[in-house]
Amino acid sequence: MKNKIYQTFDEALADVPDGSTFMSPGFSGVGVPRNLLAALHRQGAKNLTGISNNCGSLDEKVDVGTLIEAGQVKMMYAAFTSPTHPSQISPFVRMFNEGTIDAETVPQGTLAERIRAAASGIGAFYTPASVGTELAEGKEHREINGRTYVLEYPLHADYALIRAWRADEFGNLQFRLAQRNFNPIMAMAARITVVEIEDEIVPVGELDPDKIHVPGVYVNRLVKIPPDGIFD
Amino acid sequence: MAEEKPKLQRQAMCDRLAMEFQDDWIVNLGVGMPTLCSNYVDPTKDLIFHSENGVIGYGPLAPAGEEDRHLVNAGGQNVVPIPGMAIVHHADSFALIRGGMVDVTVMGAYEVAENGDFANWRIPNRKGGGIGGAMDLAACAKQVFIAMEHTTRDGKPRMLKRCALPITAPGVVTLVATDLGLFKVTPNGFELREHAPGWNAEEIQELTEAELIIPSDLKEFRFRD
Repeated sequence: MKNKIYQTFDEALADVPDGSTFMSPGFSGVGVPRNLLAALHRQGAKNLTGISNNCGSLDEKVDVGTLIEAGQVKMMYAAFTSPTHPSQISPFVRMFNEGTIDAETVPQGTLAERIRAAASGIGAFYTPASVGTELAEGKEHREINGRTYVLEYPLHADYALIRAWRADEFGNLQFRLAQRNFNPIMAMAARITVVEIEDEIVPVGELDPDKIHVPGVYVNRLVKIPPDGIFD
Repeated sequence: MAEEKPKLQRQAMCDRLAMEFQDDWIVNLGVGMPTLCSNYVDPTKDLIFHSENGVIGYGPLAPAGEEDRHLVNAGGQNVVPIPGMAIVHHADSFALIRGGMVDVTVMGAYEVAENGDFANWRIPNRKGGGIGGAMDLAACAKQVFIAMEHTTRDGKPRMLKRCALPITAPGVVTLVATDLGLFKVTPNGFELREHAPGWNAEEIQELTEAELIIPSDLKEFRFRD
């Protein structure tokens, strides 16, 4: 069995080239791969394209906004390209309005399904979300059984940075509660999937095959978060 | 001055919408004001609260000191698990939404139009939008309820003939609770069903751009018992 365990986050992301596309999961601060994002920030790759639910929160924690603020990201695909309240000005919002970063606003279900489509070998799909809104303008529409849909394409990535609860040494993954969110579909959609583990990495055979959320065949690199790492 | 009269509190507005939830409904509450709907508990009804991050069947807000950092609702608030809760990933969570399983979604809005259009994701002079799961929910939930203040901070109407802001979905809103009353969206426009105490239909119409239908059985706003 190939060794997938890396000792540090920096080693696990040392090879990310400039211009890569990366996926960063998490929802409301839960299930965010903060240690890997911090490592990618230190690594310094530039001209990145990010795929994430939002473009960084306003708290002090490391998230995709950390890379955006550092100028490492040129393009974002996200369900939130402005904050939930107009008074909140994140680094992304400032840069987006200045034109130093580009972004595509994607309805959250469409974002998730575009990621799943990439993972599943689906060429494109029709969804009813956004029909009749400005986000559907210019997209192919089709009426199917009396309902109108718009055509949406998959979102692929070079790297997925993943936060999981537990893994075995082969990379089979388990998530805990709402930590799951975008993590499984992103883990399956990227060419190289790198995972930070909160609880433990157990020997192969110790996880119940019926209770695995992402099979290890999708996982390339594992790092256990050290006691002084970021858990929240 | 009509504007100085007391208006309905946010909790009362959300209570009123929650009274319309039916037994066994799957309910999705948007971020902000709509989360107050979960504070209204009717022991005769079993509701299943769904959150877009894949939590199906969560309980009330977690008491201080009992938060589980891995369990949040769509607004990022820590909630407690209840027996029967299930977790799915994000794509399956939205499969549930687009598949038509959600009986009602309650959202905030900047504007609602008499044709059932509403706008809640993008404001003028700002690039991008805070769309989240609103478009998927609005297009696919069986009903869309809106909770919002009746006018903007400058006193301009939010209940319009047509939305001025980019819409979230066309023709989907069925019920609106504002701080002045309860409004049903009908094929002929907004019908004022219940008025806030101390407010009459003419005063509410003055603060509404769309022409209100005033039924003969107009009632006073219903509060929780």
